[in-house]
Amino acid sequence: MFPCCFIRRSFLSSVVNVRSGASGLGATAPGSKVTAGRRLFTSQSLHRAAPLRPTQPRCRLSELPANGAWSTGRRAAGCRWSSNRSSSNADFSSKIPQFPTWEPVAESQLPPPTKVSLDLVDKLERLALVDFGNQEGVNCLEKAIRFADQLHVVNTDGVEPMDSVLEDRPLYLREDTVREGDCAEELLRLSKHIVEEYFVAPPGNIPLPTREERSAMLKHADF
Amino acid sequence: IVTHLPSSPLHNETQTLWVLRGVVGLEIHAQIHATSKLFACSRVAFCSPPNSSVAFLDASLPGTLPVLNRRCVEAAVITGLALNCTINRKSLFDRKHYFYADMPAGYQITQQRLPIAVNGSLIYSYFGGRKRNQVLSRCVRIKQIQLEQDSGKSLHDDQRSQTLIDLNRAGVGLMELVMEADMSCGDEAAAAVRELQLILQTLGTCQGNMSEGQLRVDANVSVHCPGEPLGVRTEVKNINSARYVARAIDYEIQRQKKVLENGGIIVNETRAFDSKSGTTIPMRDKEGLQDYRFMPEPNLPPLFVYEDEASVPAGVNPTQVVMIDRLKAELPELPGVRRARMVDQYKILPEHSFTLVNEDGLTEYFERVVRNTKAEPRKVIGWVMKELLGNLNQQSLKLAQSPVSPEALADLLNVLESGHISSSAAKVVFQEMWKAPEKAVEQLVKELDLGLVSDREKLLKICQKVVDTHPEQVSE
Repeated sequence: MFPCCFIRRSFLSSVVNVRSGASGLGATAPGSKVTAGRRLFTSQSLHRAAPLRPTQPRCRLSELPANGAWSTGRRAAGCRWSSNRSSSNADFSSKIPQFPTWEPVAESQLPPPTKVSLDLVDKLERLALVDFGNQEGVNCLEKAIRFADQLHVVNTDGVEPMDSVLEDRPLYLREDTVREGDCAEELLRLSKHIVEEYFVAPPGNIPLPTREERSAMLKHADF
Repeated sequence: IVTHLPSSPLHNETQTLWVLRGVVGLEIHAQIHATSKLFACSRVAFCSPPNSSVAFLDASLPGTLPVLNRRCVEAAVITGLALNCTINRKSLFDRKHYFYADMPAGYQITQQRLPIAVNGSLIYSYFGGRKRNQVLSRCVRIKQIQLEQDSGKSLHDDQRSQTLIDLNRAGVGLMELVMEADMSCGDEAAAAVRELQLILQTLGTCQGNMSEGQLRVDANVSVHCPGEPLGVRTEVKNINSARYVARAIDYEIQRQKKVLENGGIIVNETRAFDSKSGTTIPMRDKEGLQDYRFMPEPNLPPLFVYEDEASVPAGVNPTQVVMIDRLKAELPELPGVRRARMVDQYKILPEHSFTLVNEDGLTEYFERVVRNTKAEPRKVIGWVMKELLGNLNQQSLKLAQSPVSPEALADLLNVLESGHISSSAAKVVFQEMWKAPEKAVEQLVKELDLGLVSDREKLLKICQKVVDTHPEQVSE
């Protein structure tokens, strides 16, 4: 039998989640249509190239991901969940706007485009051990920087920079007791080469080969 | 040659007189004396089997998060208070990125933007003056104290061209003390380090043993003409003991002066001190200037410490509260205060008080003798400085190994005070006590027949005897 039937009597609020869970288990449920719809949306967004300054709203109402839990509970036919919500709970005021408030950002509002020089590419490759590969990689980075430049339009006067969304939580201080360690065997098993319970590393940092050396290496490598 | 003349250098066609002066700033890493590490619950152990006290976080395995140790926060606050620092109520953690095999995460969690304590001072004394017997007082400003992680240990095996990595030390809490460049020579730096060592040991926040790596000193050295801008500095690393601090820094100052006097320029580089040759050698630096790409540590919200009970918000668990007031009240007697008290209380010279506080346990020894004897503290100090320390130094013994206990010395001084023996005889007895600690003072005096005779009749008999045996001298 469905365990959710029993639960419905005692936990009304969670019945919605349980039922969407049940739908996930493959039981025939009205949620299956919604789940499929969600999957459809995801694959769509993968193939569509993200526009820098879209002339039309990016997320149209019809493509909003219908939260499985909510619409299952309310048996939404299409995905017009915002209107649905307002009809079911008049007191609820969502912080999400009813209609898109997207405004294109003019080129003039942005700072001059950042050019990533070859020296900077070399430095980044050395510091972060990333491989830009070719000019396309560098172009991708420049486009990403341009996209982020839109943040300059936001007025941040008098606003403290945020480090993380958890920065208003208290930092937990723990007791000074030993609860871990004594697992040398387990840790050493993770390494291919060990010498008498020590990890083995090369004698020093191996400098990254220069650009020319790397292309030569790639040419001779067998793939 | 270091001159302390503030005059500007003399340059003219016939004679170029360089009045170069050394400028020394220290960066000291003190390992926090705690049971577990800074962000993980593994043990802080010295000389354990390799990789035996390593938590998953220390090995930077995925799925681990840092959890701050309250003891380390308290240690940093206590040290900051003892060094007259301003404790930042809010401090932040950052990541410092660089690649090295002994730091598996690829970054070190430190406090670069907003450290836990800033703007302090360290007042230290050192023996200076012409005969090096004057106690001079100096002050060096402390820029900041920050909490950071230690890295693991690398053992270089040049023969097999490999490095062996032991992560036991990775993640241990460190206090980095950054000092301003207020010092000018090796002696000052060595004295400052010694004073800091004493303070940390008194506080119990760091055991200060340089040979075990609990206290590591890096020196930033440059030379310049007073009044002119500071010269290019070099960083001197690998200073493994307190006595090498002065040697390494003095060598580097001399080296830089010679280079400049010969028309060369100083390169901003890192140099290692080689204790065998007493020189500094440039370290391989192929990577050029490091860019650490500091970034806020996203897994740790800001650290708050509270002024007093009143400033703690309601409903906060007491185990989560570090209170500055409480820690301040629990501060022990600092070395500087103790030195002043010894001079004040026992009327001894500052030089003696300096030695008393400098030697481990000597103050306690001295005070125990004073308590158990009628002799004046000023007499006691003479015996402690000359006879006791003299013997200890001669035989390279530590105070704990002294065969003469404070009570035994007190006994000897009591016998001396009562007039039973002369002071020269007492010195002989002391040496015998050293050799035979199980024998009591009175017993030794009897055995050596050093007792002063004060019986008048006896004395007359002895004098008569002397006169009788030497008639020639008497008649002269």
